[in-house]
Formats: sequence, C-alpha cells, structure tokens
Amino acid sequence: MANSDNQVINALVGLRDWVDDRFPLMQNWNEHLAKYYAPKNFNFWYFFGAFALLVFVIQIVTGIWLTMNYKPSAAEAFASVEYIMRDVSWGWFIRYMHSTGASAFFVVIYLHMFRALLYGSYKKPRELLWLSGMAIYLLLMGEAFFGYLLPWGQMSYWGAQVIISLFGALPIVGEELALWIRGDFVVSDVTLNRFFSLHVIAFPFLIAALVGVHILALHEVGSNNPDGIEIKKNKNAEGIPVDGIPFHPYYTVKDIWGASVFMIFFFAVIFFAPEMKVPGTQGLFLEGANFIPADPLKTPEHIAPVWYFTPFYAILRAVPSQLGGVIAMGLAVSLFLLLPWLDRSPVKSVRYRGTNYKIALTLFIISFLILGWLGLQVATPLYTWMARIFTVVYFLFFFLMPFYTAVDSDKEVPERVTS
Amino acid sequence: MSKTMKRALYFILTLTLVTPVTAFAAGGAQLMHMDVDLSDRESLQRGARTFANYCLSCHAASYMRYNRMGEDLGIADSVLNENFIFGDAKVGDTMTVPIDKAAGERYWGVLPPDLSVIARSRGPDYLYTYFKTFYVDDSRPFGVNNLVVKNVSMPHVLWSMQGMQRLDVSDHKDGTHHAPTYADLQLISPGTQSEEEYDQTIKDLVNYLVYMGEPVKLYRSKIGIWVMLYLFIFAAVAYLLKKEYWRDVH
Repeated sequence: MANSDNQVINALVGLRDWVDDRFPLMQNWNEHLAKYYAPKNFNFWYFFGAFALLVFVIQIVTGIWLTMNYKPSAAEAFASVEYIMRDVSWGWFIRYMHSTGASAFFVVIYLHMFRALLYGSYKKPRELLWLSGMAIYLLLMGEAFFGYLLPWGQMSYWGAQVIISLFGALPIVGEELALWIRGDFVVSDVTLNRFFSLHVIAFPFLIAALVGVHILALHEVGSNNPDGIEIKKNKNAEGIPVDGIPFHPYYTVKDIWGASVFMIFFFAVIFFAPEMKVPGTQGLFLEGANFIPADPLKTPEHIAPVWYFTPFYAILRAVPSQLGGVIAMGLAVSLFLLLPWLDRSPVKSVRYRGTNYKIALTLFIISFLILGWLGLQVATPLYTWMARIFTVVYFLFFFLMPFYTAVDSDKEVPERVTS
Repeated sequence: MSKTMKRALYFILTLTLVTPVTAFAAGGAQLMHMDVDLSDRESLQRGARTFANYCLSCHAASYMRYNRMGEDLGIADSVLNENFIFGDAKVGDTMTVPIDKAAGERYWGVLPPDLSVIARSRGPDYLYTYFKTFYVDDSRPFGVNNLVVKNVSMPHVLWSMQGMQRLDVSDHKDGTHHAPTYADLQLISPGTQSEEEYDQTIKDLVNYLVYMGEPVKLYRSKIGIWVMLYLFIFAAVAYLLKKEYWRDVH
C-alpha cells in the first residue's frame, strides 16, 4: 500500500520536474502563491479582491452557458431569455447566477475600492496597482452596460438609448459619436449585435488581461495592510518580511472560508430573491419593467439605470445643462484616478490619519450612498436639490483633498503591524 | 471577532437596513394588496382554468407550454386536451393565439399583450386591483373603464362572474367631485358569483399568473434551503480548516 503510494508520488514529482524543465511552473507557483509574503494582519476588508476574482469566474462560466442558448437578434432576444428560464435544464439557475453576479461584482468592487480609501492602498508605491484597478472598474462598467441591453426588455432598450444619447451631448463630434456607437439612428438590431460581441468577447478579454496586470502589479510592490506599513522594511536574515506569511496556504484557506460565507449570501439571493425586490422598487437586480419586450415606439414613464450606476446618474441629473451633467458624471467616475496624487498625507491607513480625512471620507461615503438612492427615484424639486448638495460634497472630497490631507493631525505610525 | 470586523459588519448591516426603509418611504402606489400563495395547488388549478377560459382566447402566453403547466400543477395531458386546449395545439406547444398585430388593432386598437411574464412586469397587486376595478363607462368602445388602466382597451371579460360596477364620485354635498377611489365602486348588477367568490376567483387567477411568470418559483426556494444547508456545513468546515492552518500565526 505504502509502496504504491510512493510510486504515485514519485510519478507526479517526475511529471512536475518534466514540466519545470520546459515551463517556469514552480517559479510562478512560488512567486505568486507559496513564497508570496502577504502581511499577516489582513482583516475583513481584504476578502473582496478574492471575491472579485470568484465573481469574475462565475460570470465567465455562466456567460459561456447562457451564450449557448441566447439569440442576439432584436426579433428573438427576449424570447430566447424566457426560453432559457423555462425550457433549458437549469437555465433559470444559470441566468440568475449571471444576473446576480453582475450586481455582486459591483458590490464587491465598491467594497474593494472602499478598502483602498480606508487604508490608503492607492498611495506610493501602489499608483499603478490603483490605476490598473480603476481601468478594470471602467471596463466593468462598459461590460455591465453592454450586457444589460441583451435581454432586450424595455429598460434594456431605453437605458441604452439614454446612455448613448449622453455622448450626443458632447460638442461637435457628439451626434456622430452616438451614431457610431449605435450603428443606427436609434438603438436597433445592429446595436444589439455589436453589444453582444463586445460583451462576450472584447471586454471579457480586456478585463481578464487587466486582472493579470493588476495581480502582477500587486505582487511587484506587495500588499498594503490595515496599518499601512510596508512589511518589506522589516526582513529577517533570509530576506523574508517578519510580518509576512506565505499567501499559500495561509490566505488560500482563509479565502476559501471567506468565499463560502460570500456564497451563502450570493446563493440566498439567487434562490430566494433573484429580483432583489426591496419595497419601493420594481427590483434592484432584475427590474420589473425589463420583463416587457423592448418597444422603440413606447418610452417608459420612468427610466432609471441599474443601482450600481445610480450615484453617477444622480450627478448627471443634478447639473442643469446636459453637457455640464455629462462632464460632471465623467469627472465623478474618473477623479478616482487622481487619488494617489491628490492625497498629500504621509500616512496611509485611516488608523493613523487625523480627523480631517476621517470626516472627509465619512461625508464622501454618505453622499455616494444618498446619490445612489436619489438616482433610483423620480426627480422631484426636493430630490434635485438634495442631489446638487451631495454632488458638491462628493466633488469637494477630491478637490479639497490636497489641502485637508496636507494639514491633517496624523498620528505616529508604529514600526511593526498590529494584530 | 476582531474590532474591525465588527465595525465592518455594522457598516454593511446599516446599509442593508437603511436602504429598504428609505426606499419604502418614497413608494406611493395606491394598489390593493393580495398575498400570493403558490403553495395552494388547487388555487393555481382554478386560476389556470379561468386563464384558459377567459384570457387565452385573445391573449397569448407564448413562452408557456401546456404540458409544463400540466406537470407543475398536476393536470393530466388528457385533461389539458379536453379542458385547456381549444385549437389544434399539441400538449407540448406553447400557448399561442391566432391573432396578429393587424387583427388586434382592428378589434381593440392594440394587440393584446403576451401574458407569459405579465406578473413579473406589473406585480400581483396591480393585476389584482385591475381585475376588481372595471366599471361602466358609456363613453368607451366596450362600455367599461378601469381605475388602474385609464381608458382601458380590454372589455370586462369577467363581468358575467363579477357583475357590473358603477363609479360614483359625486357624493360631496357641495357638488364637487373628488378623485375616484375604490370605495366609489358600487355593484349595480350582480354576476354569477358573490363578492367573496369573485375575490377568490381573482386571487386564483393572479396566483396562476405569478406562477406562469416564473414556473420555477414553485420549487426554487425549496432547492435553496438545501443549498443553504450545504453551504453552512461547508463554511463551518472551511472555518475549522482556516483555524487549524493559522494556529502558528501570531
């Protein structure tokens, strides 16, 4: 028995060595897993990167199976989705995983970004890590936008119509640009076909490539941590950071546990509340109006984007001129890119930051959430004024950052990580 | 549990709790409410019969197959053929009707919408209120109007059961009119069913429409319970594994 076990192990080791002579297998395994030293003090907020990767895999796999039955044509798209929901074995499950996955992706990414704001993960030397992450976020917004057209319901159709027409507000090239994106004078079969192509081929490829870049950038500079201390500054005789532990097995087992808790929430939504119909809405994840087939002749009374775009949609509506609104919205998304250079504090983690930053971050999060809620509502004069106030607060977080972080009452940062 | 983890959980809990409450404060649709009950199979069967007899002659449900309904609601193929299928459709066919856009527009001014997913787009309360608020209005082509769908194109096909209602909004002493409410509807000619019986007929029909909008809803949550059970055990094992590996980290 023991003898035959040894034979199997010897054979596997032999195979590994055979591969290793031809491909840097063990080198990569060690660099990125077994000998990648991560700070030992990761907390709750450090789960979301792994969750994002998990959701990405879920979206790719369920997307492959959906594509087997979905028909990207204006005449057949809506019916093919219902065909998946009813006639394809477990099609409803695959579809709900994909639709819930879309929202889960944004939940996870927003919390992942919030972590970076909490602990200053965008600061030197992690500028490129932050920029690659932001690029993934922007691509994800595109991917979600293209994907939302595919069910070809009323919200798919009119949401796309509204968002594409925003490009039309740009001076000189605007109308031509909107026409070029649609490929037609209105959103049509042509638009659906190209969005399908971008959704299932172009953007997933780009996102996968950038996720690779993001992880390479992370492993070059090393992970930040809740104390915002560079663990590479304290190495032992063997050159291993004293506050670091190998990612594998420590963080692989920890992330498996985290992922299992994440999946409890994820599958609870799929099986018990796939539309996420919270009171006062027609469904946050699957909107009721999207169960009406797209009708180019009938504009719905209330067009609202899916929840993950609503903070920016509220900012768009808050600005009285359309061009101004489009610029403000673009700025609201892209100002994140400048964070590494706007932040003048020598301290990374909120644990050792002064009150200025703590207040600014709290106000920013509150305005982001309230803007998100406002973006779901029909605009009334009161709501429009609220949106204006919180839009100003949102922008002040970025514009005033060089000033309030420079004079903040930062505390002393310890030499070694705390637990 | 660490301090940060507690704080993080509070943060997320606050988010999940505050959002629905504030969202609820903004909603203000004045619809009558009904509790959908998909566990009541007899109600679903009665609803299916009403649907087949009264709706399916003009409205299609072209994503729903007769025998899928039969399988889910316990209706044998022979009964489907006898009582549910009126054209030459087979039990494996979807519920279509021989009315095209042009014919629909000729008869009603609009093609009657496909009802497969109507409960998902409109919601049960909307449908429930809609079926209960038809009233006599001689200015309309079919002599009826509706409180939910103003200037409705559909005739009151269920009138033989409900009877006919009148809308009276002129009860103010000073002669002014108020906005119509459901309380202003009065039965002027009784139908074959009492008020309670008609209410049940409508609840059955709406139950059925909710089922038809998403057939898997009948057993989705039942599967979900097993999935949850599995994930709880998996999470517990994963936690113990993590704890074991992390024993030497200080």
